[in-house]
Amino acid sequence: MSAGDGTSGFCAARRRWLEGTVVCAGLLHVSLATGASPDPARQPPQKGDVLAFPPDRNGGRDIIASDLVAGAEPLLAYPRDPASGVLRARSRLNQILLLKGDPGALDRIAARHSLDGVLAFSGVCTHAACGVSSWRPETARLVCPCHGSEFDPAAHGTVTTGPAPRPLPILPLARQGEHFVVAGAFTGKVGVKKP
Amino acid sequence: MPRHLSTHLLYIGLLLGSVACAGADEHTATYPAVTDARLAAPEARNWLMYRGTYDGWGYSGLSGINTGNVKNLKPLWTYSTGMTEAHQAPPIVNEGHLFITTPHNHVLALDARTGSLNWRYQRELPEDLMQLHPTNRGVALHGDKVYLATADAFLVALDAATGEVVWEQQVEDYLNGYYMTLAPLAAEGLILVGVSGGEFGIRGFIQAFDAATGKPVWKTYTVPGPGEPGNDAWPGDSWKRGGAPAWVTGSYDAKEKITYWGTGNAGPWIGEARPGDNLYTTSVLALDIHTGKIRAHHQYHWNDSWDWDEVAAPILVDRPQGGQVRKTLVHAGRDGYLWTLERKPDALAFIDARPYVEQNVYSAIDPTTGRPSYDEARVPKLGERVEYCPSVWGGKDWPPVAYSPQTGYLYIPANENLCGALTGEPVEYRAGEMYMGVKVEDIEVIPTPEAKDHIGELQAWDLASGKRAWTTEFASHNWGPVLATAGGLVFSGGTNDRQFRAFDARTGKLLWQQGTNSGVVGVPVSFEVEGRQYIAVQSGWGVDAERKQQVLNQHLGTRVQVPQGGVLWVFGLPD
Repeated sequence: MSAGDGTSGFCAARRRWLEGTVVCAGLLHVSLATGASPDPARQPPQKGDVLAFPPDRNGGRDIIASDLVAGAEPLLAYPRDPASGVLRARSRLNQILLLKGDPGALDRIAARHSLDGVLAFSGVCTHAACGVSSWRPETARLVCPCHGSEFDPAAHGTVTTGPAPRPLPILPLARQGEHFVVAGAFTGKVGVKKP
Repeated sequence: MPRHLSTHLLYIGLLLGSVACAGADEHTATYPAVTDARLAAPEARNWLMYRGTYDGWGYSGLSGINTGNVKNLKPLWTYSTGMTEAHQAPPIVNEGHLFITTPHNHVLALDARTGSLNWRYQRELPEDLMQLHPTNRGVALHGDKVYLATADAFLVALDAATGEVVWEQQVEDYLNGYYMTLAPLAAEGLILVGVSGGEFGIRGFIQAFDAATGKPVWKTYTVPGPGEPGNDAWPGDSWKRGGAPAWVTGSYDAKEKITYWGTGNAGPWIGEARPGDNLYTTSVLALDIHTGKIRAHHQYHWNDSWDWDEVAAPILVDRPQGGQVRKTLVHAGRDGYLWTLERKPDALAFIDARPYVEQNVYSAIDPTTGRPSYDEARVPKLGERVEYCPSVWGGKDWPPVAYSPQTGYLYIPANENLCGALTGEPVEYRAGEMYMGVKVEDIEVIPTPEAKDHIGELQAWDLASGKRAWTTEFASHNWGPVLATAGGLVFSGGTNDRQFRAFDARTGKLLWQQGTNSGVVGVPVSFEVEGRQYIAVQSGWGVDAERKQQVLNQHLGTRVQVPQGGVLWVFGLPD
C-alpha cells in the first residue's frame, strides 16, 4: 500500500491542468488548501517570470546583469510574475541560485543553458531538501550546509561530494534587456524524489 | 482551523481508504487499551513507551534470556522497512501488538510473534520540507491510539487496530524551521511533544495535547519571553530565535506529577553572538504535567558554543541514603560530564558532576551550584578557529543510557578520544533556513592519537559509589542506545561494523553478537508474548552516525561505508 499510489491519477490530472509543471504533489497540497486557484506565490517558476532578490535583500528588486560578478558567490533569487508583481517566494522549492562563471570552463550541458556564463540552479538540495546556501570559493562549489553535499555549477550542477543523489536542476533562462527571465521548466525534479 | 491543517484533513479524507491495510479486523476487538495506570506501572511483558518506563531506565524486568543462555540467542524473524536513513525508533509493544516508526514518518504495526504486517501508515510529507535529521524515534501509546510526531511538525493520532487517522493537529509551521523526531510522551490523558529546529532559528517549546481529541492543553516555551523569568538572560530580541529545542522524550515522575525534559543548545551556535546565560538552553526543565508550569530548572552549562545539546532526558533514580530515600536525576551529558541532581518539590539541587570522557573546556564546577567555569581558550568565537574536547557530537549524543536496578549500574554509550574545532561567523536570520553561524566545512572532528586504539565505549558506572565499574571499547565510534535486562544483560549496537551485542551487565564481558544488515542505531527493547521473551531492535544507519563516519574517514584515512536500509530484527531462544 502506498499513499503515493493513491494520489497518482489525481496528481496526473492536476499536472495536465497546470500545464506541465514539475511539482505535482506539492501543487496537490496547495490546490486543496485554496480551492480551485493555486496560490501564485507558491507556484513554480513560470515561463516569462523575472528573477528578483528575496524581499529582505536589495528591497526585493529585479536582478540585473551587473549584479552578477564572475566567480563570486551566487545570488539567491525567486521568480516574480511580471504581470501581477507577485514574488513566488512562498515555496522553498522556488529558491534559485544565480551565478556567473567562466563560459570557457563550462561542460557541454552547462554551456547549453548558460547566458554568457550566467546559470540558474535550483537552490534546494536533492538529498534532504535543505537550502544550498553555502559557497566554497576556492573550488567554486555550491555547498549544502545540512549534510555537506557539494555541486559543481560548471559541470551542470553535478554532485562532487556528499549524499545528494542527483545534480541540482538548472532553470533555463533568457535575457530581457538587463533582466533575466525564465525560459522553461527546471531540467529535473526540484528537491527530493520520494523514497 | 488553520488552513494548513484543513489541507491535511482534506488530504487524509482522500487517502483514508488506502491508509489502512487488510488484516486489521481481527485485532479491533483484541487491542487492549493503554491506560494511565498501565503507563505508570507497565507489565514487564510489554514495552509501552520510548524507554519502557517513565523513569527512563531502559530496563526490562524479563529474565528468560539471561547470562547463562544468551549465547543461544537467534533471529526469529526480520522485517525490511523499505526505507533508508536512521532507524532510531524502539519497537513499542502492547500485548503482542508491535509498532515501529521509520524515517519519513511511516508507522508499521506488526504481529510481535510472527512479524506479519497488520497495517502501515505513510505520512505524505510536503515536497518543500527539508530534513536535516531524517529520522523518527517512535510512537507513544494511549487508549486505543498510536501517536506520531512528524517531520512537518504535526501530531497524528492513529487507530491502533486499523492505522486509520483519528485526528491530527498542527504543532507548528515547518516553513519556519520547526520539525519533530521524538517519540511523544503519553501521561495523564495528555500527549506531550517537544520540537526540533535548533539549527533553524526556532524558539523551542514543549506542548501537551488532549490524547482523545488532539486539542492543545498547554504550551511551555523553553526560551522565556519578555516579562518571564529568565528572559534577561538574552540580549535584545535574540530570545525569539534562541533555539533550546526539546527533541528527545522527557521522563516522568508519576507520583509527583512532574515531567523532566532536556533542552538543546542555543542558536546561533556561537555564544558570542548572544551574550548571557541563554536560559533554558542546555538545561533540564521540571514541568507540572497538568499545566506545563516550570517548577524548576538546572542549566548544565551556560551560553553554549559547542553544539552540546543536553536533550537526552535525565533518568529518575531513588537512592537510599542515611535511612532516607534521595530522589535523584542522572544525566550523561553531551558535554562529557555525568551529572547527578536532587529532585525537590520546587528545585533541582546540584549533587555531583564528573567527566566520563576527556573534556578540556570546564576549568571548574562550582561545588554548590554546579555552574561550570570555562577555559576561554576552548570557547569557540566569531571569526576564530577554536579546538575543544569532546567534539560537537559530545561524550554521548542522543542515544539513551540504561540503568539496571539489579547491578545499580548506569550504562553509557560513550565516545572517547575525539576532539573538534569550530569557526564561527555572523549569520543572517532567514525563516526556515539554516541559522547556525558555522559553515558545515568549519565543523571539524579531530581524533586524538589514542583514537587509533579506540573511539567507542560502553561504560558502566556504579551510581552508589560514583565510580566507573567497567568499560568495553570499540574501534568504531558508538551510536548505540542501550537496553538492560533482569537477565543480567546489557544489549547495544551502535558501531560501524553492524554488530548487535549482549554483555554481562556486571562485568562488561561480551556474551553474544549478531552481524546485521546495517548499523544498529535503533533503541533495543525486550517483551514477552505467550510466555516467550523477545529482544528486538531496528538496524538502519544514517543521519549523524553517517555524517560522523564520513568526517572520521577524512581524518583517519579510512574508507568505512555502512550500508543503509532499515530492518527490524527480533531475537529469541530456540524452541
